[in-house]
Amino acid sequence: MCLAIPGKVVEIFEENELKMGKIDFSGTMNSACLAYVPEVEIGQYVVVHAGFAIQILDETQAQEVFDAWDDLTDTLKDEGYTVQGKPLSKKKKDLN
Amino acid sequence: MKYLDEFRNPEIAKRILQQIKDTVTRPWVIMEICGGQTHSILKNGLDQLLPKEIELVHGPGCPVCVTPLEMIDQALAIARQPNVIFTSFGDMLRVPGTYDDLFKVKSEGGDVRMVYSPLEALKMARENPDKEVVFFAVGFETTAPGNAMAVHQAAKEGITNFSELVSHVLVPPAMEALLSSPDNRVQAYLAAGHVCAVMGWNEYIPIAEKFKVPIVPTGFEPIDILQGILLTVQQLEEGRYNIENQYTRVVKMDGNLPAQKLINDVFEITDRKWRGIGVIPNSGYKLTDKYKSYDAALKFNVGHIESQESPLCISGIILQGLKKPPQCPAFAKECTPEHPLGATMVSSEGACAAYYRYHK
Ligand code: SF4
Repeated sequence: MCLAIPGKVVEIFEENELKMGKIDFSGTMNSACLAYVPEVEIGQYVVVHAGFAIQILDETQAQEVFDAWDDLTDTLKDEGYTVQGKPLSKKKKDLN
Repeated sequence: MKYLDEFRNPEIAKRILQQIKDTVTRPWVIMEICGGQTHSILKNGLDQLLPKEIELVHGPGCPVCVTPLEMIDQALAIARQPNVIFTSFGDMLRVPGTYDDLFKVKSEGGDVRMVYSPLEALKMARENPDKEVVFFAVGFETTAPGNAMAVHQAAKEGITNFSELVSHVLVPPAMEALLSSPDNRVQAYLAAGHVCAVMGWNEYIPIAEKFKVPIVPTGFEPIDILQGILLTVQQLEEGRYNIENQYTRVVKMDGNLPAQKLINDVFEITDRKWRGIGVIPNSGYKLTDKYKSYDAALKFNVGHIESQESPLCISGIILQGLKKPPQCPAFAKECTPEHPLGATMVSSEGACAAYYRYHK
């Protein structure tokens, strides 16, 4: 019941005087009410539950986590583990 | 999917598991509050991967599971009224009342419709002015902003043929009630990430201090959960009991303030009965006096209803983390997802359904 998923705001419009948005959930489009994230802009990610965006996803925070993980996988590699998967941090992706 | 797939990376999961193994020295009991997390834990077999010292117990965080039987019976009675369109999230349609469920009402000709958002129910009211549209407003704090908005919007537009049957429940009072129980085994909580997205994590500070338990707001993907467990175990081992936010990409300390503002306008705190557990003081929302005319329970007087639980079902004990589903004598025998005896077997977030699906 508390499932909420991240999607990208691709369009903002008004319906019955409520701020609404068209949200792209990796290819699947759906609309959601944006009244609780009044400052949201097109291109940002929101977390949507039961037709309402309940938060703007903090991409900087997510990126910090990815950076930390890439450091972790680097350590793993140094320790001789085989590490699959691409780097997650932007910095490392650019290097690759 | 962006911001989901990254949190399912098996390499990272392995690394965090190793960190957990390196940290733990003693047995600990950790409860994940949210049924969505229970589902993710069992689906990904996380409980099997953790070191044996760590026991995860599954909390009451499934609104479908804890909606009291009397409320389900009341919903059924309202849905049977002529001229009513009864709307609900899909999960609630199969929850057994004393005698039947909303699907049965529908098959007998009742106008029962599943909606994805409460605004859809409001739209039906707008488009069917000669009908009464009722929305079954169940859920935790995560769902409250939407349910509050539908009522607020109805009032603003002067729509009078819309109402909500409200059975909202609140997480922190339940966490406190579990810790206060003499049978309590829980030593730390993974708090429900999306509840915290709305409410923030301020309100957990007094609970953590009073009961000396670490509380970690946690997300829903496998790596979120493993990281939440790691943060919890580090605190337990060091004897700390802080609020440490794992789900930083979604949860802020204050939560969502515009949502809280509207919730406080439309709803007020009330005592609420939890199915299988009993009444927990101050653990629910009801509509404020200002919005009383949108209360379906007042609008439709359905008389006195005798509700009776299945005598076999022990879901209340399971929801308190005192037993696991396979310990129920009816599990996978009289009780299956096709023929559920209790709500914990109906919802995919219910512990019984999750065990049936992934651990049978
Ligand atoms: S298995 Fe069925 S009867 Fe047993 S506790 Fe779960 S829901 Fe109730």
